Amino acid sequence: MKKGLSLLLGSIVILALILTGCGNSDSKSSSGSSSSNNGKLEIFSWWTAGGEADGLKALNSAFNKKYPNIGVKNEAVAGGAGSNAKAVLATRMQGNNPPSTFQVHGGAELMAYVDAGKMQPLNDLYKKNGWDGKFPKDLMDLVSKDGKIYGIPVDVHRGNVLWYNKKIFDDNNLQPPKTFDDFFKVADKLKAKGITPLAMGDKEPLGATTIFEDVLLGVLGPDKYKQLWTGDLSFDDPGVKKSAEIFKKMLGYINDDHSSLAWQDADELVANGKAAMNIMGDWAKGYFTSKNMTYGKDFGAVNTPNTDGSFMIVTDTFGKPKGVKNSKQVDKYLTELGSVEGQDAFNPKKGSIPARTDADASKYDEYSKNAMNDFKDNALVPSLENGSAAPQGFLTKVDTAVNVFVTQKNVGNFINSLKQASSSLK
Amino acid sequence: MSEVILTDKKTPARKTTLGSKPRKRKRMTGDRWLALAFIAPSIILIAIFVYGFIGWTGYVSLSNWNSFLPDFSFAGFDNFLYIFKDFRFQADIRNTIFFTLFFIIAVVVLGMFLAIFIDQRLKGEAIFRNIFLFPMALSFVVTGVVWRWVLNPSSGVNLLLEHFGIHFKWYTSTAVYPSLHIGAIDFGIPAAVIALVIAATWQQTGFSLAMFLAGLRGIPEELKEAARIDGASEWQIFWRVILPQLKPIMFSVIIIMAHISLKIFDLIYTMTGPGANFVTDMPGVNMFETTFKSNFYAQGAAIAIVMLVLVAIFIVPYLIRSRKGDA
Repeated sequence: MKKGLSLLLGSIVILALILTGCGNSDSKSSSGSSSSNNGKLEIFSWWTAGGEADGLKALNSAFNKKYPNIGVKNEAVAGGAGSNAKAVLATRMQGNNPPSTFQVHGGAELMAYVDAGKMQPLNDLYKKNGWDGKFPKDLMDLVSKDGKIYGIPVDVHRGNVLWYNKKIFDDNNLQPPKTFDDFFKVADKLKAKGITPLAMGDKEPLGATTIFEDVLLGVLGPDKYKQLWTGDLSFDDPGVKKSAEIFKKMLGYINDDHSSLAWQDADELVANGKAAMNIMGDWAKGYFTSKNMTYGKDFGAVNTPNTDGSFMIVTDTFGKPKGVKNSKQVDKYLTELGSVEGQDAFNPKKGSIPARTDADASKYDEYSKNAMNDFKDNALVPSLENGSAAPQGFLTKVDTAVNVFVTQKNVGNFINSLKQASSSLK
Repeated sequence: MSEVILTDKKTPARKTTLGSKPRKRKRMTGDRWLALAFIAPSIILIAIFVYGFIGWTGYVSLSNWNSFLPDFSFAGFDNFLYIFKDFRFQADIRNTIFFTLFFIIAVVVLGMFLAIFIDQRLKGEAIFRNIFLFPMALSFVVTGVVWRWVLNPSSGVNLLLEHFGIHFKWYTSTAVYPSLHIGAIDFGIPAAVIALVIAATWQQTGFSLAMFLAGLRGIPEELKEAARIDGASEWQIFWRVILPQLKPIMFSVIIIMAHISLKIFDLIYTMTGPGANFVTDMPGVNMFETTFKSNFYAQGAAIAIVMLVLVAIFIVPYLIRSRKGDA
């Protein structure tokens, strides 16, 4: 009996502990949600390191000075190109527990949430702030549907950039290539000298698919390139086949260990002179400058072959999810994001250019100034790899096809896989 | 001799002590009620969060939910048909088969070898044991990152080897031996999987070492002595006396390693990723990317169900066997 009594006592103690434990976590979570109700904004992004994180901090502290009463909570989720953040965000949106506002690539990625009925239109905010005409029309198309605007573009990166090691090019009397013919001439000369002509890092799909979409843009030109993603141009088009052939030929000039490298590692090869060129979006500039290299002196950048006059846009936008409780404060934050001051606080630090065309160019470096000029009068086309051109599901299938193609180099199979995947576009 | 007989009776003896306890408990009715109260919360939680969600996953895998918008209309086995036709999933199955095979063999053989080595009661036994056990304390994420640096062609051990004129390419190799064309893929042993086997073995051998060491220490010296008196050689003693006694341990090690290997995700994700031509992809990585990166929820659920079935093939016989052992 004594044993039974002590057991009973013990169990009561344990039960009590369990219950208080539950009680604690309950009160914690309820206090958490209540504090966000009281005006703390949850800003969701994947800007966790380097210039991006610095830019976000600068933006948030500028916002804090204006509105000291509105708390801002940085809810950035780490992970390359936002792969983890996107998974977290999708789960939160599915569960109707959205952040106050979140980073999302303009175009298909944003439209996935719009089509799911999870976003609020921002036309009133644009009108109130007089933003009509401050952003390029092609860019606004990426964040609009049926006349309603769902996102505020904050930054713009360029996707069709070929980076090169200036010293290697000068030593060998080479000019950066303008056309595909130039590219292969230069590549042959470099190969003969024992230098890897093109560095690629496709441990993540970004490294290889970026090259392919830039080749597509170069071969098809901006109009047909855009039609490809809307389903108006079939993947049977001879241009697509030609692009695949060129892509295949380019793959003959890459480094052996490409599959174990991330895009930064590929740029590292260019930075330390082991490889001559790399094709990557212009966030690579930040990588080169972090290696104490100077634009125009140690490294150079030109448009990828045959893409002069086209600007492959990769844009981060912020939208307003349905069901946010502190709606007015969110509007204030979005106003800051869309303002010239907000964009000029953020972009120079991140190394991107502002989405507004009336920003203060003197705050930006030389590369960005050139990019800002191109941004104003080039044809703007959406990037597939960065979620703007087509839905994520289609992109994954393209990534899979590209991954297989890099090894098997079978053009026929590749076109077939692309065609199969494209059935989901219409 | 008398002690040998005693050990022969060891198992039945344990059974009687096990059996006697519940008899005592049955007399105290309050205890039984209490025991139920203790178990109830975990049963309820497991029912919801394990079996409930398995059921939900099964339900999703039969639906058309392959976009961001939930769509629970019935799709039959379309998702399963799709993934089995899929190049990537076929490659996953191939990689899992060979990874699991090599990983289990390596862990069992190495673990047993090290356990026998340590069991020789040599000086500094504790130090060796700790050295071998240490990798187990790390997570697969750490192991993956470290081994990526070690084996990457442009860093670590390969730079050293390059000085001697040896170029290792297997870490990034897309070769498959022998490359038999089955379905959409080339079937065979992918060279790149070897790197993963090395990393996983490095981490898990400590565990099998500990298991085998406990098993070895449990074998009474008298058994070996008796065999020696009967004129058995050391080799015969190992094969005829020690190894049969280690069978249950080996069985447990294989089961535990098999379920780690079939579900492996973190090591692959941090070390190689899916790899060129998907030579190092595994169902776990595929499921994560299909579900959460591409929003093909139903297809991801289908992959999860296939993984569950694969693990069940290993685990269920083990559970049945251990239940029989208890009864």
